[in-house]
Amino acid sequence: MNLLEHLVRPQTRERVSAHHTGRVNLYRLKWLRPFVKNRWPQFILRAVTLAGFIFTIAVGIFGSRVGSHNFAIIFVWIAWWTALKLGFIPLGGRSWCSICPIPLPGEWLLRGGIFKAGQKLGLNRRWPRWLRGTWIQSSAFLLIGIFSAVTLTNPRVTAWVLAGLFLLATGLSIVFEKRSFCSYICPIGGFTGIYAKTAPVEVRVIDKSICATHRPKTCYQACPWGIYPVALTDSSACGLCMECLRACPRDNLALNIRPFGDDLQSAAPARRLDEAFFSSVMLGSALAFAAVFTGPWGALKTAAYAIGSLEWVVYAAGFMTLNLGVLPGLFTLAVSLSNRAEQQTTLRTAIACQGADVASYAQALLPLGMMSWVAFTLSFALPKAHYVLSVISDPFGWGWDLFGTAGAEVYTGLTGPAQILQIGALLGGLVWSVSVTRKKTPDWRANLPVVVFFLIYTMVMLWVLI
Amino acid sequence: MAGTIAARLRRALPLIGVVAAVLLAAFIPLPVPTPDPIERTIRVEASRFAYQPGIIRANRGDQITIELTSVDVVHGLSVDGYDVELQVDPGRVSSVSFITNNEGTFRLRCSVTCGDMHPFMVGKLQVGPNTLLMRAGFLSVMLTAIGLSRSTRLGRWGK
Repeated sequence: MNLLEHLVRPQTRERVSAHHTGRVNLYRLKWLRPFVKNRWPQFILRAVTLAGFIFTIAVGIFGSRVGSHNFAIIFVWIAWWTALKLGFIPLGGRSWCSICPIPLPGEWLLRGGIFKAGQKLGLNRRWPRWLRGTWIQSSAFLLIGIFSAVTLTNPRVTAWVLAGLFLLATGLSIVFEKRSFCSYICPIGGFTGIYAKTAPVEVRVIDKSICATHRPKTCYQACPWGIYPVALTDSSACGLCMECLRACPRDNLALNIRPFGDDLQSAAPARRLDEAFFSSVMLGSALAFAAVFTGPWGALKTAAYAIGSLEWVVYAAGFMTLNLGVLPGLFTLAVSLSNRAEQQTTLRTAIACQGADVASYAQALLPLGMMSWVAFTLSFALPKAHYVLSVISDPFGWGWDLFGTAGAEVYTGLTGPAQILQIGALLGGLVWSVSVTRKKTPDWRANLPVVVFFLIYTMVMLWVLI
Repeated sequence: MAGTIAARLRRALPLIGVVAAVLLAAFIPLPVPTPDPIERTIRVEASRFAYQPGIIRANRGDQITIELTSVDVVHGLSVDGYDVELQVDPGRVSSVSFITNNEGTFRLRCSVTCGDMHPFMVGKLQVGPNTLLMRAGFLSVMLTAIGLSRSTRLGRWGK
């Protein structure tokens, strides 16, 4: 019996369904359970992020106009963005969503209190069926990409974008039920959602037969995301808010640590083309962001920054072509060739029946996509870390030195190891994606076209970063 | 007994393959030329937020002189891995000489705040051929082949 099993209450082991083998239910850890069960620890974290969010908007508007001297730019796009891609998502899935400040005021307003469950106020309309899926989130991410050189570097623009998201989330929560904004609009929600499938954390029902006999469905009533936990097949939609665990009177929900990428091993083939498209947009965006922000091509940076100019129009057209044409087109072609090899059909027949296959193979885009974002982040996180120290002491860029770190200087001694880490991340993502591809069919000839697509993408990304 | 050893070996085959591929990629001698060191003078034009040229190539042991000019605001130039630091006013020339003792890829960075995109004003110094990229490319092909092979169980991760 290992140490973790010692910490788990005996009844857990008696009530473990087949789905829960190879997992550790953190909600049974005696020392951790009170922190999850009680709403106060989560509220304190949410209060901190909400205060930080409002402070960030204020600093963005009133602080220095120079991005590298302004807390809003450095904390949002270097500290938080790095923490999200290197910590929150790879290790915790949608854990950031559980403390994200953007939907909180609207949610508290409609509940009529901070700790009250369920929705009491507002129009409570259902989100239109034709707007469901991740299409809007994909579009929002493409929009961010086109304007990224300004959005990510200009404090005023960053502040107004954050304020706009804040108002939009609050406004939508008055009209639509639950967390419609987070589920269908927020680009970061979409980003964390699809990559949450690769993370080693999940909330799942322990024994579904117990739920079948429990008529009030308190978990569903309490869930701010509108999810019935029994129906969860992957972690992309669950915001890890823990309300279902708190609401279950029969203690039948688990907060599991599981193997990485477990959702991608599911036997049921994925059918969602919207997620396939979003996965492709994420690949393209990682490549474009890496080229613009960490590449040595000055003309590309200048074009991305000069919004409204002819150069920018050419850059935007190239960005859209990459994301809407080149990558989805090449991937679809690869899936067609894979289908042809697997089914021994003509290429025309293979193309005709491939919508579901594209969605299914697109699951394999997720590991490579996530590790590409990790590799891109490593390229700038270490050399830019001194900016974080600097703005802690001088958030507004007004010449303060509150903690004596305002003059922190760039440290480039880790550049060499960072390159090795970037290579490791990309190659790890490549091997992981290849392994997910093999889930569809063990025939290497059938998988070869899709795997070659992954290999070419990895090599291009390596060329941009190294 | 022999069957058990064979089964264990079969299970360990992917791991052995990965380790062998990593070692091969890391240490295989590459047929790259080693030209004699020379002196190079490179004029670099800085503007918001670009260096022109963005990529400087040199061989190991070269004596490099960078002449930095600026066409708009005050810019700087530092090189990761080298003790190089320059600053230049618009319309002026500032220069520095150093010997490229360290092989590899190094970022040039603007060291004077010059506007919104300043943190991302970077260029590249390439000393010698980019062997790290070659080795990474070679390793990616090897690992893909291992991952794709029917004889491996890499596809069973997490199960």
